[in-house]
Amino acid sequence: MANPILVFCEQRDGRLKRVGLEALGQACRLSKMSSSDVVAIVVGSSVGSLTQELADHGASRILLAEDPALTYYSSELFTTIVADTAKALEPVAIMMGATSMGKDLAPKLAARLKSALMQDCVALEMEAGGSLIATRPIYGGKLRAIVKAKRPMMQIVTLRPSVFSPLKPNPTPVVSVERLTVSYESVRPMARVHEIQQTVGGKKELTEATIIVSGGRGLKEPQNFKLLEDLASALGAAVGASRAVVDAGWRPHSDQVGLTGQTVSPQLYVACGISGAIQHLAGMSSARTIVAINNNPNAPIFKLATYGIVGDLFEIVPLLTEEVKKLKAE
Amino acid sequence: MKLIVCIKQVPATESKLAMTRDGTDIERAGLTFVVNPYDEFAVEEALQIRERLGSGDVTVLSLRSHAVQNPEQALRTCLAMGADRAILLSDPAFDGGDNYTTALVLAAALRRLSFDLLLFGKQAVDDDDGAVGIQVAELLGIPHVAVVNKLEVDRQNKTVVAHRQIEGGIEVVEAPLPALITCQKGLNEPRYPSLPGIMNAKQRLLEVWNRETIEIASEAVGSGGAELKLVRLEPPPPRPIGRIIPDDAAAAVQELVRLLHEEAKVI
Ligand SMILES: Cc1cc2nc3c(=O)[nH]c(=O)nc-3n(C[C@H](O)[C@H](O)[C@H](O)COP(=O)(O)OP(=O)(O)OC[C@H]3O[C@@H](n4cnc5c(N)ncnc54)[C@H](O)[C@@H]3O)c2cc1C
Ligand SMILES: Nc1ncnc2c1ncn2[C@@H]1O[C@H](COP(=O)(O)O)[C@@H](O)[C@H]1O
Repeated sequence: MANPILVFCEQRDGRLKRVGLEALGQACRLSKMSSSDVVAIVVGSSVGSLTQELADHGASRILLAEDPALTYYSSELFTTIVADTAKALEPVAIMMGATSMGKDLAPKLAARLKSALMQDCVALEMEAGGSLIATRPIYGGKLRAIVKAKRPMMQIVTLRPSVFSPLKPNPTPVVSVERLTVSYESVRPMARVHEIQQTVGGKKELTEATIIVSGGRGLKEPQNFKLLEDLASALGAAVGASRAVVDAGWRPHSDQVGLTGQTVSPQLYVACGISGAIQHLAGMSSARTIVAINNNPNAPIFKLATYGIVGDLFEIVPLLTEEVKKLKAE
Repeated sequence: MKLIVCIKQVPATESKLAMTRDGTDIERAGLTFVVNPYDEFAVEEALQIRERLGSGDVTVLSLRSHAVQNPEQALRTCLAMGADRAILLSDPAFDGGDNYTTALVLAAALRRLSFDLLLFGKQAVDDDDGAVGIQVAELLGIPHVAVVNKLEVDRQNKTVVAHRQIEGGIEVVEAPLPALITCQKGLNEPRYPSLPGIMNAKQRLLEVWNRETIEIASEAVGSGGAELKLVRLEPPPPRPIGRIIPDDAAAAVQELVRLLHEEAKVI
């Protein structure tokens, strides 16, 4: 049996992040070539109930690190837990989602293990010898870099959310579940999370949304975002924004899409009254389908859009909301 | 308070990029280079902390790599903003490195300096790695908080409290000093260098440190020490050819919904 692939499956409040299952799916695909085990590791304060879901999505072995001290993310503790596990298992690769947690954990882990680190990958292959070849968007998505790890050992990869698909759940008897015995105190000085302040409860999170409706300066006034919120609720979408309206204080920075905001890869991105500046495109050009609604036929967003409507968003968006509602009612 | 900011020079974000013939690099001729936008937040934050406390000094540090056109210029921009001291790490041995060797070199240099707080950008907008700051913190054995959009320094208790942006919320994190933060938009509004600042910065001496200064083995850094190898660059995959839906608003919207449902199958 070749060295396993270790997948860090992120959870918050006892719920697995979808991107962790996406990573499991990729690990399963790659493991076929090297005939290795796919080992899932979950860290948190209450994670025992997640084993079935992990097994159904391809994990052949599950490791649980469970302790009240792990309720909140801690770079130091999580790194120690995953690094110590990796030293024992000697995985060929360690995979996780490129979430705020994954992008924090992976570099620290890479420095501790002296490993290759490939962040925010959108494609992944494995050579016969086990070295990974990853494709990563660089320069804000203007180019892609294809990089290869020099040693097929503990290669660390974070995957851009929503780019890969999880395996279709296949009911599987949970193979093996082990609880990790770890010391939850660190000898090193540590950063500690005091609390998590929820930004507006119940709101759909941008990076996890499959549909995003985004607005820019073309909305003219902050209260006009109501139009987009109505469309978003008809579509089951999250609402995003351009930097121009975030800087104007109309929307919180957590809504900003682009180079200095969030990078998103939804199935559908609807840009309303957004010109399509290169820094905005940096955050959304990997969306599957892009719709642009803009009254200026020369707006750069139309160069990228799959479908465009040249017109006044104040007329188009409400019509679109009605039409979507009609479709959903069918 | 001793504050050190690590900065990188990158192509301006509006640049149109072209690949070299062999597809392993970008053409740098004719591009405008700037201080990485996230590093500007880091410099500004350090300056504001110094101003708030009424004492302290701000050192800026940059490592020359093949990706960087003119790090001297970027360091001078930071001096012009108000930094006290600038150090350039420059040695042919550093060439061809990756995120890990970059962190290794910066950490070796930082060990020769004293500091209370290290400030990095959230990510360099050329390689978009978002890695080096966190790797440096690990190599130095100090705590870090990444993607910070609000920071308070408690000099008495020697701690920082930082707000860190996560999905759907904000993590409030406390860390003992010395610590490292990586800076996100929202933290502050970077100042423009003043004209006297620019004139003054032109005359300032940049310290240049090489491999010997930081006593690091040449095998450990540059292409020899790197864990990653660039195979090639490629343009992003072409997008499906777009189409403008003509017609009056009502008909266009109907057609759009039909296309999204039947052709793109996304709703
Ligand atoms: C370092 C740096 C980082 C940046 N990071 C980001 C980032 O992360 N995200 C980001 O978005 N930007 C970013 N920017 C800013 C970016 O360059 C643009 O300024 C910004 O995206 C413009 O926002 P906008 O499209 O809403 O506004 P505008 O460019 O003003 O566009 C408004 C659009 O609305 C259209 N419009 C007006 N009225 C109507 C109407 N009634 N119906 C339909 N359409 C209408 C107009 O035709 C126009 O195209 C960054 C810039 C820099 C320099
Ligand atoms: N060559 C360099 N010199 C100094 N600092 C750097 C260099 N490369 C990266 N950094 C710092 O590390 C941060 C993250 O870079 P990266 O991991 O490349 O995205 C940057 O915002 C800088 O603060």
